[in-house]
Amino acid sequence: MEWIVPFILTVITASTPLLLAASGELITEKSGVLNLGVEGMMLVGAIAGFAVTASSGSASLGILAAVAAGTLMSLIFAFLTLTLMANQVATGLALTIFGVGFSALVGSGFVGFAIDPLPALSIPGISAIPIIGPILFGQDFLVYLSIAAVIGIAWFLSKSRAGLILKAVGDSHHSAHAIGYSVIKIRYLATMFGGAMAGLGGAYLSLSYTPMWAENMTAGRGWIALALVVFATWRPGRLVAGAYMFGLISVMQLHAQGAGIHVPSQFMSMLPYLATVIVLVIISSDRAKIRLNAPACIGQAFRAAQ
Amino acid sequence: MVRLEPRRQHSQAMVYLSPVLAILMTLVVGGIIFAFMGKNPFDALYTFFILPINNSYGISELFVKATPLVIIAVGLAMGFRANVWNIGAEGQLTMGAIFGGGLALYFHDSESVLLLPAMFVLGALGGAFWGAIPALLRTRFNANEILTSLMLTYVATLFLSFLVHGPWRNPEGFNFPESRPFPDAGLLPIIFEGSRVHLGTAVAVFVVIAGWLLLSKSVIGFQLRVVGKAPQAARHVGFRQKRMVWFTLLLGGALAGLAGLFEVSGPIGQLQPSISPGYGFTAIIVAFLGRLHPVGILFGGLIMALTYLGGELAQITLGLPNAVTGLFQGILLFFLLASDVLTKYRIRFGSIAAKGRTA
Repeated sequence: MEWIVPFILTVITASTPLLLAASGELITEKSGVLNLGVEGMMLVGAIAGFAVTASSGSASLGILAAVAAGTLMSLIFAFLTLTLMANQVATGLALTIFGVGFSALVGSGFVGFAIDPLPALSIPGISAIPIIGPILFGQDFLVYLSIAAVIGIAWFLSKSRAGLILKAVGDSHHSAHAIGYSVIKIRYLATMFGGAMAGLGGAYLSLSYTPMWAENMTAGRGWIALALVVFATWRPGRLVAGAYMFGLISVMQLHAQGAGIHVPSQFMSMLPYLATVIVLVIISSDRAKIRLNAPACIGQAFRAAQ
Repeated sequence: MVRLEPRRQHSQAMVYLSPVLAILMTLVVGGIIFAFMGKNPFDALYTFFILPINNSYGISELFVKATPLVIIAVGLAMGFRANVWNIGAEGQLTMGAIFGGGLALYFHDSESVLLLPAMFVLGALGGAFWGAIPALLRTRFNANEILTSLMLTYVATLFLSFLVHGPWRNPEGFNFPESRPFPDAGLLPIIFEGSRVHLGTAVAVFVVIAGWLLLSKSVIGFQLRVVGKAPQAARHVGFRQKRMVWFTLLLGGALAGLAGLFEVSGPIGQLQPSISPGYGFTAIIVAFLGRLHPVGILFGGLIMALTYLGGELAQITLGLPNAVTGLFQGILLFFLLASDVLTKYRIRFGSIAAKGRTA
């Protein structure tokens, strides 16, 4: 059974970027904004984190840069869709196309650079406990942050006043406006939070998962994160289950060969994408559940009557 | 303060002006980016946008690159009008190439004149098949077609990679991951001597005209226009949303599949792991640049084709990374979407109170 610990560790590293990006998008969508640019924001976060870490030698600075880069990307989206009322679907696509190009351009100077992966935070003694030590107490900062973020978001949405306001804006922007809340301002903030978390998810990929930069290294994870939010029916708890399930599916290809399963690698690589389609079908076909949980105003532009 | 004031009617002038405005803004931002990269912005812009087409061969290459973009974008625009967001054209293109190209490989010693038309049919069918999956999942299971069509793109690309690395690899190809070359009977005829402009370019022009007629003269075209402009009215008079989803995804898929077949039976001549530099994604921008109208798309396709040629040339002569092309395309789409606001709203400077004083 000595394979089980490394196996679980790879599942955690594969799940964390999905969880980070998806939990940010969950807040964005709860406010009624559908930002399809997660893939682009992750890529820009990944290169910002990598470039700053490689240049400064400080992973902390790198992580901050990734958060800033993701937030700036989301501000482009917010300005176009919330201020200029551009179509959210088209603008999200534009953000991804732009992010792919921009990250590749900046990253062309960083191909082949090597950095030290994010250090694991270890607690002397406890981290040495067999099995649970390395799994629960030997992860890097971003893994703990991803779990803490989900717990924080769950609390925020169900218990805090600000969370209730956010949900009100997402479910009925006209009522929220009538009561006196600034719909646009709240949506700006929610969109920026989504950008920051997507940036972190990208940074996790380039600083920890594979500590290097490669063009398009997110390989569709931003889109999978979007699907995870639907899978979770906009509930944070289910997001963790979904992210870890996808993490498990995406590392299966690495372990299948070792386990003597001889399926062509391309078919194994298809699994996360096919699983996304299947999961979407299963969840979406329950229309009542989607209607009950989806923010009612998602994707709709809001303009205050003057 | 800047305010947006809704127009009673969309400004017709702005419908035509806003793409021009967006292109100009992209050029300005592009020049600034080049300056930041230590290049003379005017030299760089000249290399990017003028140099590629200052000779007849360059212009013919523009047609070669615009062909798939225009064919795909006409199909996508129909869907976008009806709020059907097929963003998986790249996958449908790949499936068209696999289906149609597969036929050419199966009959690799054929000399029949029927081979090419049969490849056309299979290419379109392959793309339509790949578009039918998101259509089925959306209409039957309510699954979002944006995500499913995109996921299927990854699946199609991996499937092509499997084929050319495995069962369809050229047995005389020194183990390179590529198929046999297609037989002559399976290659598109060149329509301009001395260039790479092929029959597909003529088909692209035909697709534009047919798309225009479909949109302006047919019942379904009328429905597409109404659904886009007034979704509630469309529901009221009983246009069936499901029919729109099926129609636009099948049409968009078939056209993308045809475009993919044209690539492999035209400029490429065989199946390879990579058969498209993202034409399926760029076509989304082309559709918007052309204001979702087939004739506009013809111009939009030529402009976006120029960014591909310019990117290649800038890579060779200025040492700029190829990613500049994608960056330009993204920025252009931002400006297009932003300038759209001008067709629907008037921009007013000054606060409401100030306006009251002057009135």
